[in-house]
Amino acid sequence: MTIKLGVPSKGRLMEKTFDWFAARGISLSRSGSDREYAGRVDGIDGVELVLLSAGEIPRELAAGRIHLGVTGTDLIREKLSQWDQRVQMLVELGFGHADLIIAVPNCWVDVDTLDDLDAAAAAFRAHHGFRMRIATKYHRLVREHLKTVGVADYQIVDSQGATEGTVKNETAEAIADITSSGETLRANHLKILSDGLILKSQASLFRSRYGELDAYDQAVMQKLMQLLGL
Amino acid sequence: MTRRLDILARAAQFQAVFLEQGATVVEADVLQSADTLLDLYGEDIRARAYVTSDPLRGEQMLRPDFTVPVVQMHMDHGAEPARYTYNGVVFRRQEDDPSRANEYIQVGYEVFDRSNPAQTDAEVFALIHRALGDAPVRAATGDIGILTAAVMGLKTTDRRKRALMRHIWRPRRFRALMNRFSGRAGDVDSRIALLAKSDPMAGAGPLLGLRSRAEIIERIDALHQDAAADPISAQEVELIDAILRVSETCPYAIQQLRDIAVDLPAISVAIDRLSARTDALSVQGIDVDTLMFEASYGRTSMEYYDGFVFGFHAADRADLSPIATGGRYDALTRRLGHGQEIPAVGGVIRPDLVLEITSDKTGGAQ
Repeated sequence: MTIKLGVPSKGRLMEKTFDWFAARGISLSRSGSDREYAGRVDGIDGVELVLLSAGEIPRELAAGRIHLGVTGTDLIREKLSQWDQRVQMLVELGFGHADLIIAVPNCWVDVDTLDDLDAAAAAFRAHHGFRMRIATKYHRLVREHLKTVGVADYQIVDSQGATEGTVKNETAEAIADITSSGETLRANHLKILSDGLILKSQASLFRSRYGELDAYDQAVMQKLMQLLGL
Repeated sequence: MTRRLDILARAAQFQAVFLEQGATVVEADVLQSADTLLDLYGEDIRARAYVTSDPLRGEQMLRPDFTVPVVQMHMDHGAEPARYTYNGVVFRRQEDDPSRANEYIQVGYEVFDRSNPAQTDAEVFALIHRALGDAPVRAATGDIGILTAAVMGLKTTDRRKRALMRHIWRPRRFRALMNRFSGRAGDVDSRIALLAKSDPMAGAGPLLGLRSRAEIIERIDALHQDAAADPISAQEVELIDAILRVSETCPYAIQQLRDIAVDLPAISVAIDRLSARTDALSVQGIDVDTLMFEASYGRTSMEYYDGFVFGFHAADRADLSPIATGGRYDALTRRLGHGQEIPAVGGVIRPDLVLEITSDKTGGAQ
């Protein structure tokens, strides 16, 4: 058996993850050609690198098919209900910072808070005959948050990309998305509600609470945690 | 499997009680229009109901309860007065608590009758009470109509009353609105700045999206009017709080509410209704001297129940969902009836939970 470590399969998230492990004496790399999602691990025996889409890592952790995984807290909380009973957050990695926020058009000068958004949603429904649309891919997090604070008369429309453009295209009135610098929002004439922060997220290392470890794996896990200073 | 057969047998026994009362058996489709349910309950329903879809009919929901389809059926072609009973599976999506069932049987009894609301309220409660027999439950009752009457009776603008009414079933937002309208919570800086501007649209950038300039201006005007209106008095806020705190046996609750009504006479009619219902319950053989009345009962979980509400809870199993629930939902018939309205009251029993709390749950096993 081996300890399976799931890491995002491309982009800056993968590179930064490789750097983070390298700084702790564990070298992760992609083996074979650039297009092949196979990896290798040097610096410790008994650990296997599994390259996956960051969005699939929560599911694989919850199923116990990987023992450790690097992904964003936003994805863990969106995709896993009772996430803290299914995975354990070991350490925040200090990169991949992103805030899940609610944003509305700049020209809505009367809307600055969720209280305003709720009142505007009621009036919007009365005017247009349908509930105000909020475009997002974070359905559960947004719905739970708006339920908690008591916003009504809205609907979630699915948007898996280019979410900032949905308002201009009139497929949504507001958006809920992750942002790091806010530049894309500004370029699209959107502003963040002053109390519109739903979640602060960053790349983190998670351990699955499922999946049995044999004696050998347990020893490997212990050594790995030592190397990582955990 | 045995357990499932036990539940079905128990469900049939409950339905027999309802049939004896003269109810007609009704059925409902498992797949319900998602549009109707979303329209009623908003996005929150997605957390409670399973959604499925096909390219032809679009989104459908696995029925989360029978109330909506039964009301629709009655309003389409029901004769009045009517008493219905149903017995079938409902589906509830669970996100947080793995111990809660996502599929279970409900046996229900619904009354559509314009004649005497106090009497039909009492009929439904007493019938379910009788059907539950000696199951170890404690009953709780409430009446959303007291709170709504209080809100409508506040000395404030119609717009504020509408805003409060819209959030009757969302206590946190209701509280925030009360704090703002009464001046307990000051306006946020952004709103003070907005109202101070002579041309609020200056520097707003390009108009974007479906919400028009006229709609934005309309809301700013509304905010100006609201800022000019007198705050809801501290005394009235305290009266609303006093109503929400009422949690007593029925006779004492009525007495407390009568005391509050001295300063808030708008709730008197609602208290008269509560009082008439309590008398009707007594006539039905319910011991009202020990029956609990909580003015805020059902406020978070029973949207559209706008009068009498009740629940039977397992006496010593706080972890279980209510064993039976019900109430009056005239507001729901108003929303579904496109202008028509039919006074309606009903209740459901969960036979699976009844079996769980009664000793005969092992009867028939093995």
